[in-house]
Amino acid sequence: MDNLVKRAKELLENKTVQVVIGYEAGPTGVIRPAFITDPEKAGKLIYNDKCDQNLAVYLTKKEVKNFGKMAIVATLPVMRSIMMLISEQQLFAESIVVLGISADGNLLDIADINIMQGYIEKSDLSNPEKYKALLAELNKLNPEEKFAYWQKELSKCIKCYACRQACPMCYCTRCTVEVNQPQWIPVQANTHGNMEWHILRAMHLAGRCISCGECGRACPVGIPCHLLTMQLTDQVYTYFKVYAGTSDKMNSVLSTFEPNDKESFII
Amino acid sequence: MSDFEPKVVAFVCNWCTYAGADLTGTSRIKYASNVKIIRFPCTGRIDFMLLLKAFANGADGIIVSGCHPNDCHYTSGNFHAKRRWIMFKELMDFMGIDMNRITFSWVSAAEGAKWADVVNATVTRIRELGPYVSYKEMVDKSVEEEVKNG
Repeated sequence: MDNLVKRAKELLENKTVQVVIGYEAGPTGVIRPAFITDPEKAGKLIYNDKCDQNLAVYLTKKEVKNFGKMAIVATLPVMRSIMMLISEQQLFAESIVVLGISADGNLLDIADINIMQGYIEKSDLSNPEKYKALLAELNKLNPEEKFAYWQKELSKCIKCYACRQACPMCYCTRCTVEVNQPQWIPVQANTHGNMEWHILRAMHLAGRCISCGECGRACPVGIPCHLLTMQLTDQVYTYFKVYAGTSDKMNSVLSTFEPNDKESFII
Repeated sequence: MSDFEPKVVAFVCNWCTYAGADLTGTSRIKYASNVKIIRFPCTGRIDFMLLLKAFANGADGIIVSGCHPNDCHYTSGNFHAKRRWIMFKELMDFMGIDMNRITFSWVSAAEGAKWADVVNATVTRIRELGPYVSYKEMVDKSVEEEVKNG
């Protein structure tokens, strides 16, 4: 942690970056994102196991980009998000400095994107352990039970779109839900419309989701919507043997193809 | 359930399956009249949301059909569609939406007889499955929710 503060201070002092995006403790001790522009305030930065928000979401926000060059405190999911954003041309590798954090909470020396790629490739990229059990449990249910489960969960949705806002991959300035000609997703919150929204969200993130689980954490009514995208992450690996966010040059799974893709249900 | 007539919506591509269905007609092959064909420029254009909208609007079954791999008029539209359908199928299976009601197929412009088979097989299967009650119930319930919530 001292290393992190030292490095952040250094970067701000010699004007390599104009803002450091990291975590700080709020007045009540709640962890919140911090945007440090003054080197004297770099001491506010902390990192502990409660810092689980995916900060990469701020990298595409205009308000943050206006500061100038950014440094970002990045755990593995954040690094993978950065990779995805670079591969989708939403971010220039030169416009950020990555303050990598290893799985045990130490500062990594990530000088450039190739080193970051090397670190990502060495890590375990499948879904986090705590979600795997939940997914396995849901996969054991029969179709009727699954449908009932998702209806029950999705009936709670209030269409606040926090899942979308929290997701670093959902950067479109005009989302399909805001399109009203045709109105794909009803404006009102009702079970059927909510289900359509969550299917649409999961499909748009298929092969792009980096399994950070931020959508589920952001949900104010506790819908496990991260399980939908994580299930697809699993399936993308089963069918296409790729994980999202492993290279800055990869195309997302649904925007490319292999002529010999295997399936068994098309007659 | 004996008087149940399935409503089947077919999303087909202009260049192969639509022409194939045309051939079925000009060859005077008879097939189930339950199918309503919607023509698209390419299978790559068939958005998964259209399938959901079909169910929401009362379809009991869906057929999605296009050119065989390597025969796409636009070279790669059907390859992209294939990947999308693989993901869509997995997501639907995970959420418990009945994939037995959706038939995915490749029917070329020369396969008039295959088109008749695909439609007949789908209609027979949907007839056995009956109307898609669970999805319709959800849609109806949602309309009620809306009325209740103002």
